[in-house]
Amino acid sequence: MENLISIFLNSVFVGNILLAYFLGMCSFVAISKNMDTSIGLGLAVVFVLTLTAPVNWLIYNYLLAPGALSWAGFEEVDLSFLKFIMFIAVIAAMVQAVEMIIDRYSQTLYNALGVFLPLIAVNCAILGTSLFMVERDYSFSESIVFGFGSGAGWMLAIVSMAAIRIKLRYANVPKGLEGFGITMIVTGLMAMGFMLFSGITL
Amino acid sequence: MKITQTKSFKIFSDPFLKNNPIFMQMLGICSALAVTVQLKTAFVMGLSLTFVLAFSNLIISLLRNVIPRNIRMIVELSIIATLVIIADEMLRAFLYDISKQLSVFVGLIITNCIVMGRAETFALGNPPGLSFLDGLGNGIGYGTVLVAVAFIRELLGSGRLFGYSVIPRSFYAAGYEDMGFMLLAPAAFIIIGLLVWLQNSIVKD
Repeated sequence: MENLISIFLNSVFVGNILLAYFLGMCSFVAISKNMDTSIGLGLAVVFVLTLTAPVNWLIYNYLLAPGALSWAGFEEVDLSFLKFIMFIAVIAAMVQAVEMIIDRYSQTLYNALGVFLPLIAVNCAILGTSLFMVERDYSFSESIVFGFGSGAGWMLAIVSMAAIRIKLRYANVPKGLEGFGITMIVTGLMAMGFMLFSGITL
Repeated sequence: MKITQTKSFKIFSDPFLKNNPIFMQMLGICSALAVTVQLKTAFVMGLSLTFVLAFSNLIISLLRNVIPRNIRMIVELSIIATLVIIADEMLRAFLYDISKQLSVFVGLIITNCIVMGRAETFALGNPPGLSFLDGLGNGIGYGTVLVAVAFIRELLGSGRLFGYSVIPRSFYAAGYEDMGFMLLAPAAFIIIGLLVWLQNSIVKD
């Protein structure tokens, strides 16, 4: 249990997927102009990550990893090189399925998340989380917590960025640095703030 | 007509400065900055991306008249993913140490917005030759930024270039110290921000 809590805290703060590993930057820069859309996209990312990380864990450990096919009698088969294409296919399929299910059962949630779901399929944060999960050898329960934590960290970052950008509108930014440039520098300062959490151990 | 005025040359060279994918279109920063702590990894990453981008543009452009419109995304993704697997296996075979350092970031080329973006906006509507050049140009433009950031970070952060010490010993003896901050994530964001500023001041219109 302690282990799970520390994975969660680490993925939200110290190892924030956006601020420490630079994943999901494209949509971060484009979407954080607006508060409401940031919250919507953030929620959608949390949702999709919590689902895709464990599903990809199952696929990797029962189909692709070296020796994973031993239940089917192929002990020496190593399909791990297929993980990129499998993961991205799973993510795209999951996003599509989630979109259809939400559309069928909850119209309000669909209206809030609907537009963002297709965007997410190619968000690097989603694929990155699955790849990190494989690289760090997480167990099944750890992968759920890691997926949720990464999503929450990403959402925290984009929502605080949106809030900062609202204030930035009144700031006197040098010409040439406006827009993308100042966003990057503010993100850098934010990343520094998040690094302060690295002193916390459980 | 001089070579510098032909259309192909323009398509090839435009993405370097005037229309750089990172600075101007803000694409592909994901997966880019994490590999810029050292020049070596940044260089290899730029090379892998150029390879994937050029060939995905070429293949998608060759297939552009046979891909059905509503499933084009999935077709593009599978072509890109296949090329990334090839690049990753090559790195593992010939540059094992660097591929360990790049870890998941080679795989993330699949979701790099530049690759999808060029396929969608350029390769689907242009002949193969030009698409290949466009991919090459964008890949090199992206690589240049990566190498520039890595140059600053490695030089100031650890006093090395490509792993060789370049700051003379006498500097350290005189009290010079490496800036450890440069090796951390926030430095990459700030350097990119400042480079964008520089680029915006050079290219005015």
